[in-house]
Amino acid sequence: MSTTGNVSGIISNLVIVAVDGVVAQNEICYILKDEVKLMAEVIRIGKELAYVQVFESTRGLKPGMPVEFTGHMLEATLGPGLLSKNFDGLQNDLDKMTGIFLKKGDYAPALEDNKLWNFKPLAHPGDLVTAGSWLGEVQENWMPHKIMVPFKMTGTYTVKEIAQPGEYTINDTISILTNSSAHEIPVKMVQKWPVKIPIKAYKNKPRPYEFMETGVRVIDSLNPIVRGGTGFIPGAFGTGKTVLEHAISKQADADIIVVSACGERANEVVELFAEFPRLDDPRTGRKLLERTTIVANTSNMPVAAREASIYTAMTLAEYYRSMGMKILLLADSTSRWAQALREMSNRMEELPGPDAFPMDLQATISNFYARAGFVHLNNGQTGSVTFIGTVSPAGGNLKEPVTEATKKTARCFYALSQARADSKRYPAIDALESYSKYLEYPEFQEYIKKRLSENWINQIQEAKNILQKGHEAYEQINILGDDGVPIDYHQIFWKSEVIDFIILQQDAFDKVDANTPIDRQQYMLELVLNICRTEFSFEGFEEINPYFKRIIHVLKQMNYAGFKSENFIAQEKELAEIMAERAIKPQ
Amino acid sequence: MASTAFQKIYTKLTQITKATCSLHATQVGYEEMATVNGRMAQVIKIQGDLVTLQVFSGTEGLPTNAEVVFLGHAPQLLVGDELNGRFFNALGNPIDGGPPVAGKATELGSPSVNPVKRKQPSELIATGIAGIDLNNTLVTGQKIPFFADPDQPFNQVMAIVALRAKADKIILGGMGLTNDDYLFFRNIFENAGSASHIISFVNTNEDPPLERLLVPDMTLTAAEYFAVEKHQKVLVLLTDMTLYAEALSIVSNRMDQIPSKDSMPGSLYSDLARIYEKAVQFPDGGSITIIAVTTLSGGDITHAIPDNTGYITEGQLFIRKDTDIGKVIIDPFRSLSRLKQLVIGKKTREDHPQVMNAAVRLFADAMNAKTKLENGFDLTDYDQRTLQYAKEYSNRLLTIDVTLDTDSMLDTAWELFRKYFSVNEVAIKTEFVEKYGMWET
Repeated sequence: MSTTGNVSGIISNLVIVAVDGVVAQNEICYILKDEVKLMAEVIRIGKELAYVQVFESTRGLKPGMPVEFTGHMLEATLGPGLLSKNFDGLQNDLDKMTGIFLKKGDYAPALEDNKLWNFKPLAHPGDLVTAGSWLGEVQENWMPHKIMVPFKMTGTYTVKEIAQPGEYTINDTISILTNSSAHEIPVKMVQKWPVKIPIKAYKNKPRPYEFMETGVRVIDSLNPIVRGGTGFIPGAFGTGKTVLEHAISKQADADIIVVSACGERANEVVELFAEFPRLDDPRTGRKLLERTTIVANTSNMPVAAREASIYTAMTLAEYYRSMGMKILLLADSTSRWAQALREMSNRMEELPGPDAFPMDLQATISNFYARAGFVHLNNGQTGSVTFIGTVSPAGGNLKEPVTEATKKTARCFYALSQARADSKRYPAIDALESYSKYLEYPEFQEYIKKRLSENWINQIQEAKNILQKGHEAYEQINILGDDGVPIDYHQIFWKSEVIDFIILQQDAFDKVDANTPIDRQQYMLELVLNICRTEFSFEGFEEINPYFKRIIHVLKQMNYAGFKSENFIAQEKELAEIMAERAIKPQ
Repeated sequence: MASTAFQKIYTKLTQITKATCSLHATQVGYEEMATVNGRMAQVIKIQGDLVTLQVFSGTEGLPTNAEVVFLGHAPQLLVGDELNGRFFNALGNPIDGGPPVAGKATELGSPSVNPVKRKQPSELIATGIAGIDLNNTLVTGQKIPFFADPDQPFNQVMAIVALRAKADKIILGGMGLTNDDYLFFRNIFENAGSASHIISFVNTNEDPPLERLLVPDMTLTAAEYFAVEKHQKVLVLLTDMTLYAEALSIVSNRMDQIPSKDSMPGSLYSDLARIYEKAVQFPDGGSITIIAVTTLSGGDITHAIPDNTGYITEGQLFIRKDTDIGKVIIDPFRSLSRLKQLVIGKKTREDHPQVMNAAVRLFADAMNAKTKLENGFDLTDYDQRTLQYAKEYSNRLLTIDVTLDTDSMLDTAWELFRKYFSVNEVAIKTEFVEKYGMWET
């Protein structure tokens, strides 16, 4: 007998419900408004009252309306058919919803009940299995989708029966397991899991170390991220957060991409909807859409569902990780999620922390980032969830609570600089402010030496030093004037500009330049560093600016040309000629 | 407002604040409209049988025995073709002396559009102003505000943009407009001979400030009617959203909510997003484009209102006075149209993106040269040329008083490049230089 209640108060999307029995924190309930059922989540309980946040508009709700409690938390539906879908924050399939507008109380199931999947058993009768063990697999798009022992099942079970190869729906029983008391448990291809609880069906979670290519030079070549790593991108509006996230989502070397559009612009999501079915995955040649799931809760969709959306997206990522896949989860923007938390905390009249955010903001963010990671599964395979979130700091001020809380937990920091954005130096990542803690991991250093080259990490350091020196020289020139500094300062500054223009800056809208594979990045970094190591002779500082502008111009044409194409080689030759004009100490 | 036989009249207010009043009542719906001694009000809080109403015109002189009647519906607007050419107040009542309109009662604040049912915007809106068309091209279905200090002629610029844009319908939402600006809009719309496709909802600074809260919803409800039912291209003008946000903070203050940054309610982002996200391109041709005004205080875009706005809108157009040429320009550094990538070089000439970037980059070099000059350093020959270029670029392209088609803007930019710079200094793809650059070799 499930608990029921009645609406007793309404303040925006917070509804107070008088209840007659047991309720649990975070339990899902439905408010019955005439014919419509509105979904809501319990967020506080006190004195026979449940405070629930409604995932819909509360317009027209009246005191006395009946409320039904479901006995479970907000759950994601997990099974084959999640890929290529566009969900809202509550995992409704947006493509299945009718009408142009999202009607109140309209829900669409996440998966198709009737679709047949070609099942291939992996387990055998008699096998001992635990939560997350692979029982079989189906082909989802082109990827093997593992059918696992449901994560909710604790303890060890024995496989009693396993289905023959053949076509099954997600609701067919594909295996029967028995527990120690010989009790039989049927298993289907679909299972449910509460989104706010991490899926931990793995053996352990070592420190991540495998380099993850993004095709974005300023990330890969200067502050690389790893599979299972965490990173965040704070930036004021107009600094290019979303363009950068979209670039990463298109190019990253991952099996599956989950994009959480959390409280951001609808047209940005529409761009993904429009582009992903057309664009090719640079690695597999398949359509990007085939490896992508989008969870969209745009800024005008109900605020409470915005909070849910980011957890839903993480749960989907963890589900695929348990299959031994490499997932990249992108969330744009985590600040909107934090603001959703703030709105509710405010309505519940909690004592506020800094900038009226809830006191536990730091802990909430930290717990969420901790769900990412590289894992060893129980069967010896590995999987990873890499998480990159954007942060939209109020007023562009990186000292605000969400940025500070995130900085304490994420291992890569990609600071977008307003000054760089203003001068159209995109992506506007400030290479010196930004960092990747993974560069300091011995595991990573060893891995990258084998994967790329012995001195890759030294080269990163060298490039950063040149940028740092160039920055200092620039400040001196600004203070003392062009002719008030030694002529060398100009050369130092312009060498850093070569790195800036050729390695850091990248045209996200150019077909070739948008995505730079790592071998090409290595080649270009080596080429550019070679220029920086070369001493050039100049008579006066006036000669330096035009000379380096020529070098930059030629290198830029190389960036726009196909790697080692005819044009690329011709430009490289021209570069050598230009360098020969003034080089005095070639290395 | 006449009451019907079914309506219950309450006559006992238990609490009155500057903006709200409370009473005991049953069977009241959340966000339901009511009248309090004839003043329009809306339910904003229900706790058991205690109902709190927000009184739009304020509570001055309201007695505790005021007559409260609940109307049984959320705020609504009568929509139909009769709206065309008319001026209304924030409550949807005519203020132009004309008769009341008949139409279909439509609730304000419709649900959000399913994002998968939206179409990617792709139609360019030409304004003839190079600061917009060349550097920050607008697209139908976009939402973009002018950021301007209160002394800048933002309403004038907005009116120019509105009249030049080829929209089927223009709907003005005025919030806290001075009477002078209201008359300016009336005058310019009537003189343009296009009054029949313009509708205005105006709250002037003589009207109660809280009524402003209804203006965006009124405006956008009408816009949705024409865009969805009539498949029209609707252009919505909202001025001034800063005054709207300030009205929000008054209400949240009266509700004892904890303010966040700059005394604004913690929900400011969601409140503004609800409005701006109504901008949409529908698949069947109808669209809603929103051009708004957000006034700044001393150019400060880090204040919570412009800051939250910037995170929601698809760019911003920053209006300022260029002291070098003494004219009002669209600032190329601080302005941005996020949707321009969808049209420039595709709907416009292929060299558009590169020319635009090069022109702005050279203008930035001029600003550096200016700083050097101000700090008393010698200028190089290049610096000198950038300064001359900047002046002409401002005068011929950035200022708001130009009217050019996009090709002429591009040609003008090439002309300036040729006049002041070498091919290397401009750094544009060789194929475009050969095709459009026309440098003498």
